Amino acid sequence: MALLQTLLLRLVTTAVTLFGVAVIVFFVIRVVPGNPIAMMLPPGATQADIDQLTALYGLDKSIPQQFLIWGLGVLHGDFGTSITLRQPVLALVLGRLPATLELSVMALVMAVLVGGAAALTGTRLRATKVEGGIDIANGMALSVPDFLWGLVLILVFGVLVPVFQISGRVTPSLQLPFVTNFYLVESIVRLRFDLTKDLLSHMFLPAVALAIPLAAIIGQLLKQSLKETMHLDYVTLARTQGYSEARVIWREALPNAILPTLTLVGVQFTFLIGGTVIIERLFSYEGLGNMAIDAVINRDLPLIQGIVILFAVIFTGVNLVVDLTYAALNPRLRHG
Amino acid sequence: MNYLSIRNLSARVKGGGPLLRDVSLEVAAGEVRGLVGESGAGKSMIGKAILGILPKAVDITEGQILLDGTDLLSLPPAERRIRVGASCALIPQDPLTALNPSRRIGPQITDRLVHILGWTRSDAEARARALLGEVQINDPARVLRQYPHELSGGMRQRILIASAFAAEPKLIVADEPTTALDVTVQKQILKLIAGLQARHGTALVFVTHDLGVVSKVCQSLSVLYSGRVVEDTTVTDFFRAPKHPYSAALLAATPKYTDPSAGLKPVPDAVIAAVKAEVERG
Repeated sequence: MALLQTLLLRLVTTAVTLFGVAVIVFFVIRVVPGNPIAMMLPPGATQADIDQLTALYGLDKSIPQQFLIWGLGVLHGDFGTSITLRQPVLALVLGRLPATLELSVMALVMAVLVGGAAALTGTRLRATKVEGGIDIANGMALSVPDFLWGLVLILVFGVLVPVFQISGRVTPSLQLPFVTNFYLVESIVRLRFDLTKDLLSHMFLPAVALAIPLAAIIGQLLKQSLKETMHLDYVTLARTQGYSEARVIWREALPNAILPTLTLVGVQFTFLIGGTVIIERLFSYEGLGNMAIDAVINRDLPLIQGIVILFAVIFTGVNLVVDLTYAALNPRLRHG
Repeated sequence: MNYLSIRNLSARVKGGGPLLRDVSLEVAAGEVRGLVGESGAGKSMIGKAILGILPKAVDITEGQILLDGTDLLSLPPAERRIRVGASCALIPQDPLTALNPSRRIGPQITDRLVHILGWTRSDAEARARALLGEVQINDPARVLRQYPHELSGGMRQRILIASAFAAEPKLIVADEPTTALDVTVQKQILKLIAGLQARHGTALVFVTHDLGVVSKVCQSLSVLYSGRVVEDTTVTDFFRAPKHPYSAALLAATPKYTDPSAGLKPVPDAVIAAVKAEVERG
């Protein structure tokens, strides 16, 4: 019952948030300079041509009027038509979403595994050279932004030691039997591991670039909370019971130390998804972020709106998942 | 040979002063020995040294801790850990922080039986239920499924006591187990520990600063000052005629609840100065 109430409340606040996002993006992209119609027409087009095209996309009406028309369409699932690609925005955006989701989730998994392993190792071997090394690596990973890591990775693993693909999502010459755009998932489901390998080879470097800063944050924060937890009485008591240090860390300290890290991972994951915009561009990866940059360059107003709304939906969704996981992991919240 | 025998144990803080000075004490099987002294006298340190949970900043500089004839300090860490886990237990000071908040009570009692002593899960659970009954907890099966935050401080201390006796240890270190509880609960908990100790025949090292507690549960006691044992005696002798002037002053300083008008008598400065000089001299 309490869970249902929480969910309903979240749904309402999410709706309000999305409305706010819609209003802001709609007005801002219409106020900043740059005219989509002018970019579509060849130089020397007549004023009559311009007016005709402007009217076709409804851009001759006032901004509030345009918002009303667009908003009513959205409520019916119609996000308008892309000006440059001349296809429905919803289909375009949903078509690209799986590529970005696969990339972000892969980066998240990498970051959690690497960051978690670093934190656990650093705690097990605390006050040794290993912990010092982990701290230094964390610091380095944190002080360089993801797109620079992307460039470094392209240089090292794409050019100097070309073991991974550095461009695109899949080798273009391959025949793809897929019905959805979740290529990676579908290649595994269909047991086409040759395609899985090709997809992973393309995803690996951009995912690593996105994962490095997040892994460092997870490693640092989790190690810090583990360190505090290791001094608590119940951990000391467990030590007297004959368990190995590794088990004490894993069973007694970790379940409690992980809670603050979880909240942070949620917030940072949304940053990571934001980071896909530049990383996808860098690796010519055909995802939502790459499409967003094209849309902005071409002033494709309906497409920008659609992408921004979708990003906002993803962000609120991630936050909801984090809150629910938090309640599941922390028994003190479950009964409240 | 006594079950626990600490010989000439000295410890110091890394780069700091001594914490324990040439401490020797004996605990026979089934005996209850009190360790008394003021804060910082090193009584808790002795308990921690036995159980191998001294802070990383503390070094044992010399001495032996013989458990059933084996020097724990000479064992490799993994072997020591398992030996202590199988034959000793700790009743901690603060029941509110000594249970893991994110785990149910059940596994916190039974894990040791299963993973260190190799019991089956169902045997361990039956044992846990029986022990919770023994510490007078109603509906043990339900409590085993609960989380610590759902239980009162007194309940949690009962659970920790039950957990300490679960593996039938030969030696239990009770580190001021009643200090964090309110006075009405203190008495029950004390009775409970004494009762369990007598029934199970466990040797008990009882760390406390409360001489009243000592008179109720202990047979022998070591009085510590600044890391040194200044008197090692039986409880009967101690309360009849303490030998050391510091012990006598400590005993005199115990408030008399039967005579509140007497007020508090602190240990006289002259006695403190004398015992300090004696401890430093060695």
